[in-house]
Amino acid sequence: MDLIIPSSGLIFWQLIGFLALFFILVKFAWKPMLAALEEREGSIDNALKAAEQARNEMANLKAENEKLLAEARVERDTILTKAQEASKRMIEEAKEEATKQGAILIENAKAVIENEKKAALAEVKNQVAVLTLEVTEKLLRKNLSDQAAQKELVDEFVKDLKLN
Amino acid sequence: MTRKILALSVLFSVLLLSLTSATFAAGSEAEGGEDPTGFIMHHIKDSHEWHFFNVGHTHVTLPLPVITYAPDRGLEFNMSTDFQNHETHLFGKEYAHDGIYIDEHEHLGRVDGGTIYDFSLTKNVAMMILVIGLVLYLILSAANHYKKHGAVAPKGAASWVEPVVVFVRDEIAEKSIGPKYKKFVPYLLTLFFFIWIGNLLGLLPGAANLTGNIAVTFTLAVLTFIIVNVNGNKEYWKHVFATPGVPVALLPIIVVVEFIGLFTKPFALMVRLFVAITAGHIVILAFIALVFIFESYAIGVVSTLMVTFINMIELLVATIQAYVFTLFTAMYIGGAVAEHAHDDHH
Repeated sequence: MDLIIPSSGLIFWQLIGFLALFFILVKFAWKPMLAALEEREGSIDNALKAAEQARNEMANLKAENEKLLAEARVERDTILTKAQEASKRMIEEAKEEATKQGAILIENAKAVIENEKKAALAEVKNQVAVLTLEVTEKLLRKNLSDQAAQKELVDEFVKDLKLN
Repeated sequence: MTRKILALSVLFSVLLLSLTSATFAAGSEAEGGEDPTGFIMHHIKDSHEWHFFNVGHTHVTLPLPVITYAPDRGLEFNMSTDFQNHETHLFGKEYAHDGIYIDEHEHLGRVDGGTIYDFSLTKNVAMMILVIGLVLYLILSAANHYKKHGAVAPKGAASWVEPVVVFVRDEIAEKSIGPKYKKFVPYLLTLFFFIWIGNLLGLLPGAANLTGNIAVTFTLAVLTFIIVNVNGNKEYWKHVFATPGVPVALLPIIVVVEFIGLFTKPFALMVRLFVAITAGHIVILAFIALVFIFESYAIGVVSTLMVTFINMIELLVATIQAYVFTLFTAMYIGGAVAEHAHDDHH
Protein backbone atom coordinates (compact mmCIF):
# COMPACT_ATOMS: atom_id res chain seq x y z
CA MET A 1 0.00 0.00 0.00
CA ASP A 2 1.68 3.15 -1.18
CA LEU A 3 1.37 6.52 0.43
CA ILE A 4 0.95 8.70 -2.65
CA ILE A 5 -0.44 6.29 -5.22
CA PRO A 6 -4.19 5.80 -4.87
CA SER A 7 -5.08 2.14 -4.59
CA SER A 8 -7.87 1.04 -6.90
CA GLY A 9 -9.61 -1.06 -4.26
CA LEU A 10 -10.01 1.80 -1.85
CA ILE A 11 -11.16 4.12 -4.67
CA PHE A 12 -13.79 1.53 -5.57
CA TRP A 13 -15.09 1.17 -2.04
CA GLN A 14 -14.84 4.86 -1.30
CA LEU A 15 -16.86 5.65 -4.42
CA ILE A 16 -19.54 3.13 -3.53
CA GLY A 17 -19.58 4.14 0.14
CA PHE A 18 -19.66 7.86 -0.49
CA LEU A 19 -22.31 7.65 -3.19
CA ALA A 20 -24.43 5.41 -0.97
CA LEU A 21 -24.02 7.88 1.87
CA PHE A 22 -24.90 10.73 -0.47
CA PHE A 23 -28.06 9.14 -1.86
CA ILE A 24 -29.28 7.91 1.52
CA LEU A 25 -28.72 11.31 3.07
CA VAL A 26 -30.32 13.14 0.15
CA LYS A 27 -33.43 11.00 0.37
CA PHE A 28 -33.83 10.66 4.10
CA ALA A 29 -32.02 13.63 5.59
CA TRP A 30 -31.10 16.60 3.44
CA LYS A 31 -34.38 16.94 1.58
CA PRO A 32 -36.68 16.87 4.64
CA MET A 33 -34.15 18.81 6.67
CA LEU A 34 -33.60 21.60 4.16
CA ALA A 35 -37.31 21.76 3.44
CA ALA A 36 -38.07 22.04 7.15
CA LEU A 37 -35.39 24.68 7.55
CA GLU A 38 -36.77 26.65 4.65
CA GLU A 39 -40.29 26.28 5.95
CA ARG A 40 -39.26 27.47 9.40
CA GLU A 41 -37.30 30.37 7.98
CA GLY A 42 -40.31 31.23 5.84
CA SER A 43 -42.64 31.13 8.79
CA ILE A 44 -40.25 33.22 10.87
CA ASP A 45 -40.01 35.68 8.00
CA ASN A 46 -43.78 35.80 7.69
CA ALA A 47 -44.19 36.24 11.41
CA LEU A 48 -41.69 39.08 11.38
CA LYS A 49 -43.44 40.67 8.43
CA ALA A 50 -46.82 40.27 10.11
CA ALA A 51 -45.46 41.82 13.28
CA GLU A 52 -44.04 44.67 11.26
CA GLN A 53 -47.38 45.13 9.52
CA ALA A 54 -49.23 45.05 12.82
CA ARG A 55 -46.81 47.60 14.21
CA ASN A 56 -47.35 49.82 11.17
CA GLU A 57 -51.08 49.45 11.50
CA MET A 58 -50.88 50.32 15.15
CA ALA A 59 -48.80 53.36 14.32
CA ASN A 60 -51.29 54.36 11.63
CA LEU A 61 -54.15 53.88 14.04
CA LYS A 62 -52.41 55.89 16.65
CA ALA A 63 -51.60 58.64 14.17
CA GLU A 64 -55.21 58.65 13.03
CA ASN A 65 -56.40 58.81 16.59
CA GLU A 66 -54.10 61.64 17.29
CA LYS A 67 -55.25 63.40 14.17
CA LEU A 68 -58.86 62.92 15.19
CA LEU A 69 -58.03 64.13 18.66
CA ALA A 70 -56.28 67.18 17.29
CA GLU A 71 -59.19 67.88 14.99
CA ALA A 72 -61.60 67.50 17.87
CA ARG A 73 -59.47 69.80 19.94
CA VAL A 74 -59.44 72.40 17.18
CA GLU A 75 -63.17 72.04 16.76
CA ARG A 76 -63.73 72.39 20.47
CA ASP A 77 -61.58 75.47 20.48
CA THR A 78 -63.57 77.00 17.61
CA ILE A 79 -66.83 76.15 19.27
CA LEU A 80 -65.63 77.63 22.49
CA THR A 81 -64.41 80.76 20.80
CA LYS A 82 -67.65 81.07 18.89
CA ALA A 83 -69.66 80.54 22.05
CA GLN A 84 -67.61 83.08 23.85
CA GLU A 85 -68.07 85.51 21.03
CA ALA A 86 -71.78 84.81 20.92
CA SER A 87 -72.17 85.28 24.62
CA LYS A 88 -70.17 88.46 24.49
CA ARG A 89 -72.25 89.70 21.65
CA MET A 90 -75.43 88.75 23.46
CA ILE A 91 -74.30 90.54 26.57
CA GLU A 92 -73.46 93.56 24.49
CA GLU A 93 -76.79 93.42 22.77
CA ALA A 94 -78.60 92.99 26.03
CA LYS A 95 -76.70 95.88 27.47
CA GLU A 96 -77.57 98.04 24.50
CA GLU A 97 -81.15 96.95 24.64
CA ALA A 98 -81.26 97.68 28.34
CA THR A 99 -79.76 101.07 27.80
CA LYS A 100 -82.26 101.78 25.06
CA GLN A 101 -85.14 100.54 27.13
CA GLY A 102 -83.94 102.58 30.07
CA ALA A 103 -83.70 105.64 27.91
CA ILE A 104 -87.22 105.05 26.59
CA LEU A 105 -88.53 104.47 30.11
CA ILE A 106 -86.84 107.59 31.35
CA GLU A 107 -88.23 109.43 28.36
CA ASN A 108 -91.67 108.12 29.04
CA ALA A 109 -91.37 108.87 32.71
CA LYS A 110 -90.27 112.34 31.89
CA ALA A 111 -93.27 112.80 29.61
CA VAL A 112 -95.61 111.39 32.22
CA ILE A 113 -94.08 113.62 34.86
CA GLU A 114 -94.43 116.55 32.52
CA ASN A 115 -98.04 115.69 31.87
CA GLU A 116 -98.69 115.13 35.51
CA LYS A 117 -96.97 118.35 36.27
CA LYS A 118 -99.05 120.06 33.64
CA ALA A 119 -102.21 118.45 34.96
CA ALA A 120 -101.27 119.36 38.50
CA LEU A 121 -100.57 122.91 37.45
CA ALA A 122 -103.90 123.04 35.64
CA GLU A 123 -105.58 121.62 38.71
CA VAL A 124 -103.78 124.13 40.89
CA LYS A 125 -104.87 126.88 38.49
CA ASN A 126 -108.44 125.64 38.64
CA GLN A 127 -108.31 125.43 42.41
CA VAL A 128 -106.85 128.91 42.56
CA ALA A 129 -109.61 130.12 40.32
CA VAL A 130 -112.28 128.39 42.40
CA LEU A 131 -110.71 129.64 45.61
CA THR A 132 -110.44 133.08 44.12
CA LEU A 133 -114.07 132.91 43.11
CA GLU A 134 -115.03 131.69 46.54
CA VAL A 135 -112.94 134.39 48.17
CA THR A 136 -114.33 136.91 45.74
CA GLU A 137 -117.83 135.67 46.45
CA LYS A 138 -117.28 135.93 50.18
CA LEU A 139 -115.79 139.36 49.69
CA LEU A 140 -118.58 140.38 47.44
CA ARG A 141 -121.22 139.07 49.88
CA LYS A 142 -119.61 141.09 52.59
CA ASN A 143 -119.36 144.24 50.35
CA LEU A 144 -122.89 143.94 48.96
CA SER A 145 -124.54 143.52 52.22
CA ASP A 146 -125.88 147.01 52.07
CA GLN A 147 -128.43 148.13 49.49
CA ALA A 148 -126.52 150.85 48.01
CA ALA A 149 -123.51 148.85 47.02
CA GLN A 150 -125.73 146.17 45.53
CA LYS A 151 -127.49 148.71 43.48
CA GLU A 152 -124.30 150.15 42.24
CA LEU A 153 -123.00 146.74 41.24
CA VAL A 154 -126.07 145.79 39.43
CA ASP A 155 -125.87 148.96 37.61
CA GLU A 156 -122.41 148.30 36.68
CA PHE A 157 -123.32 144.80 35.35
CA VAL A 158 -126.08 146.16 33.44
CA LYS A 159 -123.80 148.64 31.92
CA ASP A 160 -121.39 145.95 30.98
CA LEU A 161 -124.18 143.86 29.49
CA LYS A 162 -125.17 146.68 27.35
CA LEU A 163 -121.79 147.13 26.16
CA ASN A 164 -121.59 143.50 25.20
CA MET B 1 -21.46 18.97 33.04
CA THR B 2 -18.95 20.40 30.58
CA ARG B 3 -16.25 20.08 33.21
CA LYS B 4 -17.07 16.41 33.80
CA ILE B 5 -16.92 15.68 30.09
CA LEU B 6 -13.65 17.56 29.82
CA ALA B 7 -12.12 15.65 32.73
CA LEU B 8 -13.37 12.36 31.32
CA SER B 9 -12.04 13.12 27.87
CA VAL B 10 -8.64 14.04 29.27
CA LEU B 11 -8.54 10.79 31.22
CA PHE B 12 -9.65 8.89 28.16
CA SER B 13 -7.04 10.53 25.93
CA VAL B 14 -4.29 9.79 28.44
CA LEU B 15 -5.36 6.16 28.49
CA LEU B 16 -5.52 5.94 24.71
CA LEU B 17 -2.27 7.80 24.37
CA SER B 18 -0.56 5.25 26.57
CA LEU B 19 -2.01 2.53 24.37
CA THR B 20 -0.70 4.24 21.26
CA SER B 21 2.69 4.47 22.85
CA ALA B 22 2.51 0.84 23.80
CA THR B 23 1.72 0.01 20.20
CA PHE B 24 4.88 1.63 19.07
CA ALA B 25 6.92 0.03 21.81
CA ALA B 26 5.70 -3.39 20.87
CA GLY B 27 5.61 -2.58 17.18
CA SER B 28 9.18 -1.48 16.98
CA GLU B 29 10.25 -4.46 18.98
CA ALA B 30 8.35 -6.75 16.68
CA GLU B 31 9.78 -5.08 13.63
CA GLY B 32 13.15 -5.85 15.13
CA GLY B 33 14.58 -2.51 16.06
CA GLU B 34 14.10 1.20 16.33
CA ASP B 35 12.44 2.16 13.07
CA PRO B 36 10.36 5.28 13.62
CA THR B 37 9.78 5.77 9.89
CA GLY B 38 8.36 2.29 9.52
CA PHE B 39 6.24 2.81 12.61
CA ILE B 40 4.83 6.09 11.32
CA MET B 41 4.23 4.73 7.82
CA HIS B 42 2.57 1.67 9.30
CA HIS B 43 0.11 4.00 11.02
CA ILE B 44 -0.75 6.33 8.18
CA LYS B 45 -0.92 3.79 5.36
CA ASP B 46 -3.69 1.45 4.50
CA SER B 47 -3.40 -2.19 5.49
CA HIS B 48 -5.10 -5.50 4.88
CA GLU B 49 -5.62 -5.99 8.60
CA TRP B 50 -6.58 -3.57 11.35
CA HIS B 51 -3.80 -3.56 13.89
CA PHE B 52 -4.68 -1.90 17.20
CA PHE B 53 -1.88 -2.59 19.64
CA ASN B 54 0.31 -5.31 21.06
CA VAL B 55 0.22 -6.78 24.50
CA GLY B 56 3.66 -8.29 24.96
CA HIS B 57 4.09 -10.35 21.81
CA THR B 58 0.40 -10.76 21.14
CA HIS B 59 -0.91 -8.59 18.33
CA VAL B 60 -4.40 -7.29 18.91
CA THR B 61 -5.80 -7.02 15.40
CA LEU B 62 -9.03 -7.17 13.50
CA PRO B 63 -8.64 -9.56 10.56
CA LEU B 64 -10.25 -8.13 7.44
CA PRO B 65 -11.61 -9.79 4.31
CA VAL B 66 -9.34 -9.94 1.28
CA ILE B 67 -11.45 -9.75 -1.84
CA THR B 68 -9.73 -10.25 -5.15
CA TYR B 69 -10.77 -10.41 -8.74
CA ALA B 70 -8.82 -11.94 -11.55
CA PRO B 71 -10.23 -12.31 -15.05
CA ASP B 72 -9.42 -15.99 -15.15
CA ARG B 73 -10.18 -16.82 -11.50
CA GLY B 74 -13.19 -14.63 -10.81
CA LEU B 75 -14.05 -13.19 -7.42
CA GLU B 76 -12.36 -14.72 -4.41
CA PHE B 77 -12.88 -14.15 -0.73
CA ASN B 78 -10.20 -14.81 1.86
CA MET B 79 -9.21 -13.41 5.23
CA SER B 80 -6.13 -11.34 5.90
CA THR B 81 -4.98 -13.97 8.36
CA ASP B 82 -4.56 -16.40 5.45
CA PHE B 83 -1.68 -14.35 4.05
CA GLN B 84 0.45 -13.65 7.12
CA ASN B 85 2.61 -15.17 9.78
CA HIS B 86 0.36 -15.94 12.71
CA GLU B 87 3.05 -15.01 15.24
CA THR B 88 4.48 -11.76 13.82
CA HIS B 89 1.45 -10.77 11.71
CA LEU B 90 3.88 -9.90 8.92
CA PHE B 91 2.80 -10.28 5.33
CA GLY B 92 5.14 -11.69 2.76
CA LYS B 93 5.44 -13.64 -0.43
CA GLU B 94 6.33 -16.75 1.54
CA TYR B 95 2.86 -16.78 3.14
CA ALA B 96 1.06 -17.10 -0.19
CA HIS B 97 -2.36 -18.68 -0.03
CA ASP B 98 -4.09 -20.30 -2.96
CA GLY B 99 -1.68 -18.74 -5.43
CA ILE B 100 -2.16 -15.20 -4.05
CA TYR B 101 0.22 -13.36 -1.80
CA ILE B 102 0.43 -10.02 -0.02
CA ASP B 103 4.00 -8.77 0.12
CA GLU B 104 5.66 -6.87 2.97
CA HIS B 105 4.59 -3.57 1.37
CA GLU B 106 1.00 -4.87 1.38
CA HIS B 107 0.88 -5.20 -2.41
CA LEU B 108 -1.32 -8.03 -3.51
CA GLY B 109 -0.03 -10.27 -6.26
CA ARG B 110 -0.26 -13.67 -7.88
CA VAL B 111 2.42 -16.24 -7.53
CA ASP B 112 2.11 -17.02 -11.25
CA GLY B 113 2.44 -13.34 -12.11
CA GLY B 114 -1.03 -12.97 -13.65
CA THR B 115 -3.24 -9.92 -13.31
CA ILE B 116 -5.26 -9.61 -10.16
CA TYR B 117 -7.31 -6.77 -8.76
CA ASP B 118 -7.46 -6.04 -5.06
CA PHE B 119 -10.92 -5.14 -3.75
CA SER B 120 -10.13 -6.01 -0.16
CA LEU B 121 -12.05 -4.46 2.69
CA THR B 122 -8.88 -2.91 4.02
CA LYS B 123 -8.41 -1.00 7.25
CA ASN B 124 -9.44 2.23 5.49
CA VAL B 125 -12.53 0.63 3.97
CA ALA B 126 -13.52 -0.59 7.43
CA MET B 127 -12.84 2.88 8.75
CA MET B 128 -14.90 4.38 5.93
CA ILE B 129 -17.80 2.11 6.85
CA LEU B 130 -17.48 3.30 10.45
CA VAL B 131 -17.40 6.95 9.38
CA ILE B 132 -20.36 6.50 7.07
CA GLY B 133 -22.22 4.68 9.84
CA LEU B 134 -21.57 7.47 12.31
CA VAL B 135 -22.50 10.19 9.80
CA LEU B 136 -25.69 8.32 8.91
CA TYR B 137 -26.58 7.83 12.57
CA LEU B 138 -25.96 11.48 13.38
CA ILE B 139 -27.68 13.02 10.41
CA LEU B 140 -30.59 10.61 10.27
CA SER B 141 -31.36 11.06 13.95
CA ALA B 142 -31.21 14.79 13.33
CA ALA B 143 -33.48 14.48 10.29
CA ASN B 144 -35.85 12.37 12.35
CA HIS B 145 -36.56 15.37 14.50
CA TYR B 146 -37.86 17.30 11.52
CA LYS B 147 -39.94 14.36 10.37
CA LYS B 148 -41.53 14.03 13.78
CA HIS B 149 -41.99 17.63 14.78
CA GLY B 150 -42.02 19.49 11.50
CA ALA B 151 -40.47 22.90 11.11
CA VAL B 152 -39.95 23.71 14.77
CA ALA B 153 -36.86 24.74 16.73
CA PRO B 154 -34.20 21.98 16.72
CA LYS B 155 -33.64 19.66 19.66
CA GLY B 156 -31.14 16.91 20.42
CA ALA B 157 -29.04 15.81 17.44
CA ALA B 158 -30.83 18.32 15.24
CA SER B 159 -29.65 21.23 17.36
CA TRP B 160 -26.08 20.05 16.81
CA VAL B 161 -26.42 19.32 13.10
CA GLU B 162 -28.62 22.26 12.13
CA PRO B 163 -26.11 25.09 12.72
CA VAL B 164 -23.56 23.22 10.58
CA VAL B 165 -26.14 22.63 7.87
CA VAL B 166 -27.15 26.28 7.93
CA PHE B 167 -23.49 27.30 7.87
CA VAL B 168 -22.72 25.12 4.84
CA ARG B 169 -25.86 26.29 3.08
CA ASP B 170 -25.54 30.02 3.79
CA GLU B 171 -21.82 30.66 4.23
CA ILE B 172 -20.40 28.14 1.77
CA ALA B 173 -23.02 27.29 -0.84
CA GLU B 174 -25.00 30.48 -1.21
CA LYS B 175 -22.02 32.82 -0.98
CA SER B 176 -19.76 30.87 -3.36
CA ILE B 177 -22.26 29.56 -5.88
CA GLY B 178 -24.82 32.33 -6.08
CA PRO B 179 -28.50 32.09 -6.92
CA LYS B 180 -28.34 28.48 -8.21
CA TYR B 181 -26.88 27.11 -4.98
CA LYS B 182 -29.83 25.00 -3.83
CA LYS B 183 -29.16 22.10 -6.18
CA PHE B 184 -25.63 21.63 -4.81
CA VAL B 185 -26.29 21.95 -1.08
CA PRO B 186 -26.91 18.20 -0.51
CA TYR B 187 -23.58 17.27 -2.12
CA LEU B 188 -21.70 19.94 -0.19
CA LEU B 189 -23.32 18.86 3.05
CA THR B 190 -22.48 15.20 2.50
CA LEU B 191 -18.92 16.17 1.59
CA PHE B 192 -18.54 18.35 4.66
CA PHE B 193 -19.90 15.84 7.13
CA PHE B 194 -17.99 12.90 5.63
CA ILE B 195 -14.67 14.74 5.68
CA TRP B 196 -15.27 16.33 9.06
CA ILE B 197 -16.31 13.14 10.87
CA GLY B 198 -13.62 11.24 8.98
CA ASN B 199 -10.97 13.74 10.09
CA LEU B 200 -12.15 13.63 13.69
CA LEU B 201 -12.41 9.85 13.92
CA GLY B 202 -9.00 9.57 12.24
CA LEU B 203 -7.52 11.38 15.24
CA LEU B 204 -8.54 8.61 17.60
CA PRO B 205 -5.68 6.31 18.54
CA GLY B 206 -5.93 3.06 16.64
CA ALA B 207 -8.10 4.64 13.97
CA ALA B 208 -7.19 4.51 10.30
CA ASN B 209 -5.96 7.58 8.46
CA LEU B 210 -8.99 7.62 6.16
CA THR B 211 -9.21 11.23 5.00
CA GLY B 212 -5.41 11.32 4.83
CA ASN B 213 -5.44 8.58 2.26
CA ILE B 214 -4.87 9.70 -1.29
CA ALA B 215 -7.36 7.23 -2.75
CA VAL B 216 -10.11 8.74 -0.61
CA THR B 217 -9.25 12.35 -1.41
CA PHE B 218 -8.81 11.34 -5.06
CA THR B 219 -12.33 9.91 -5.18
CA LEU B 220 -13.82 13.00 -3.56
CA ALA B 221 -11.88 15.29 -5.90
CA VAL B 222 -13.04 13.29 -8.93
CA LEU B 223 -16.65 13.61 -7.80
CA THR B 224 -16.17 17.35 -7.46
CA PHE B 225 -14.51 17.46 -10.89
CA ILE B 226 -17.45 15.63 -12.45
CA ILE B 227 -20.04 17.82 -10.73
CA VAL B 228 -18.23 21.02 -11.70
CA ASN B 229 -17.82 20.11 -15.37
CA VAL B 230 -21.22 18.51 -15.82
CA ASN B 231 -22.79 21.71 -14.53
CA GLY B 232 -20.46 24.03 -16.43
CA ASN B 233 -22.48 26.48 -18.51
CA LYS B 234 -21.70 28.03 -21.87
CA GLU B 235 -19.68 30.86 -20.37
CA TYR B 236 -17.59 28.44 -18.36
CA TRP B 237 -16.59 26.47 -21.47
CA LYS B 238 -16.16 29.63 -23.47
CA HIS B 239 -13.85 30.81 -20.74
CA VAL B 240 -11.78 27.65 -21.14
CA PHE B 241 -11.68 27.21 -24.90
CA ALA B 242 -12.14 30.76 -26.20
CA THR B 243 -10.98 32.88 -23.32
CA PRO B 244 -12.46 36.34 -23.81
CA GLY B 245 -10.20 39.36 -23.78
CA VAL B 246 -7.08 37.47 -24.87
CA PRO B 247 -5.22 38.31 -28.13
CA VAL B 248 -5.62 35.62 -30.77
CA ALA B 249 -1.86 35.02 -30.83
CA LEU B 250 -1.88 34.09 -27.16
CA LEU B 251 -4.98 31.91 -27.37
CA PRO B 252 -3.18 28.58 -28.00
CA ILE B 253 -1.14 29.06 -24.83
CA ILE B 254 -4.03 30.33 -22.73
CA VAL B 255 -6.36 27.56 -23.83
CA VAL B 256 -3.76 24.96 -22.87
CA VAL B 257 -3.29 26.66 -19.50
CA GLU B 258 -7.03 26.88 -18.95
CA PHE B 259 -7.47 23.26 -19.96
CA ILE B 260 -4.80 22.14 -17.52
CA GLY B 261 -6.51 24.37 -14.98
CA LEU B 262 -9.61 22.20 -15.18
CA PHE B 263 -7.57 19.36 -13.72
CA THR B 264 -5.31 21.24 -11.35
CA LYS B 265 -8.30 22.46 -9.36
CA PRO B 266 -9.49 19.02 -8.23
CA PHE B 267 -5.86 17.92 -8.04
CA ALA B 268 -5.22 20.69 -5.52
CA LEU B 269 -8.28 19.58 -3.57
CA MET B 270 -7.01 16.02 -3.49
CA VAL B 271 -3.49 16.95 -2.40
CA ARG B 272 -4.54 19.56 0.15
CA LEU B 273 -6.72 17.27 2.24
CA PHE B 274 -4.33 14.33 1.93
CA VAL B 275 -1.31 16.38 2.97
CA ALA B 276 -3.01 18.28 5.77
CA ILE B 277 -4.36 15.20 7.49
CA THR B 278 -1.39 12.94 6.83
CA ALA B 279 1.07 15.59 7.98
CA GLY B 280 -0.86 16.04 11.20
CA HIS B 281 -0.72 12.32 11.86
CA ILE B 282 2.97 12.21 11.06
CA VAL B 283 3.71 15.05 13.49
CA ILE B 284 1.76 13.37 16.30
CA LEU B 285 3.38 10.02 15.63
CA ALA B 286 6.82 11.63 15.39
CA PHE B 287 6.40 13.15 18.83
CA ILE B 288 5.39 9.79 20.20
CA ALA B 289 8.35 8.16 18.42
CA LEU B 290 10.70 10.62 20.12
CA VAL B 291 9.97 8.94 23.45
CA PHE B 292 11.32 5.65 22.21
CA ILE B 293 14.25 7.16 20.38
CA PHE B 294 15.49 9.00 23.46
CA GLU B 295 14.16 6.48 25.98
CA SER B 296 13.87 9.23 28.56
CA TYR B 297 11.08 10.09 30.98
CA ALA B 298 11.65 13.83 30.52
CA ILE B 299 11.17 13.52 26.77
CA GLY B 300 8.14 11.39 27.51
CA VAL B 301 6.52 14.18 29.50
CA VAL B 302 7.41 16.81 26.92
CA SER B 303 6.25 14.57 24.07
CA THR B 304 2.96 13.84 25.76
CA LEU B 305 2.35 17.54 26.26
CA MET B 306 3.30 18.26 22.66
CA VAL B 307 1.11 15.45 21.37
CA THR B 308 -1.80 16.83 23.38
CA PHE B 309 -1.13 20.28 21.95
CA ILE B 310 -0.84 19.01 18.37
CA ASN B 311 -3.97 16.94 18.85
CA MET B 312 -5.87 20.09 19.76
CA ILE B 313 -4.52 21.79 16.66
CA GLU B 314 -5.54 18.73 14.68
CA LEU B 315 -9.09 19.07 15.97
CA LEU B 316 -9.02 22.55 14.47
CA VAL B 317 -7.40 21.31 11.26
CA ALA B 318 -10.02 18.57 10.98
CA THR B 319 -12.74 21.21 10.84
CA ILE B 320 -10.79 23.67 8.72
CA GLN B 321 -9.91 21.08 6.10
CA ALA B 322 -13.51 19.90 5.87
CA TYR B 323 -14.51 23.54 5.49
CA VAL B 324 -11.81 24.28 2.91
CA PHE B 325 -12.59 21.21 0.79
CA THR B 326 -16.29 22.08 0.80
CA LEU B 327 -15.63 25.77 0.21
CA PHE B 328 -13.34 25.17 -2.77
CA THR B 329 -15.77 22.68 -4.24
CA ALA B 330 -18.49 25.30 -3.89
CA MET B 331 -16.25 27.95 -5.48
CA TYR B 332 -15.43 25.72 -8.45
CA ILE B 333 -19.13 24.99 -8.89
CA GLY B 334 -19.81 28.71 -8.53
CA GLY B 335 -17.29 29.43 -11.30
CA ALA B 336 -18.93 26.84 -13.54
CA VAL B 337 -22.52 28.03 -13.13
CA ALA B 338 -21.94 31.77 -12.82
CA GLU B 339 -23.78 33.93 -15.34
CA HIS B 340 -21.70 37.10 -15.19
CA ALA B 341 -18.91 37.89 -17.65
CA HIS B 342 -15.48 36.57 -16.72
CA ASP B 343 -13.31 39.01 -18.56
CA ASP B 344 -12.80 41.21 -15.50
CA HIS B 345 -10.09 39.05 -13.94
CA HIS B 346 -7.06 37.65 -15.75
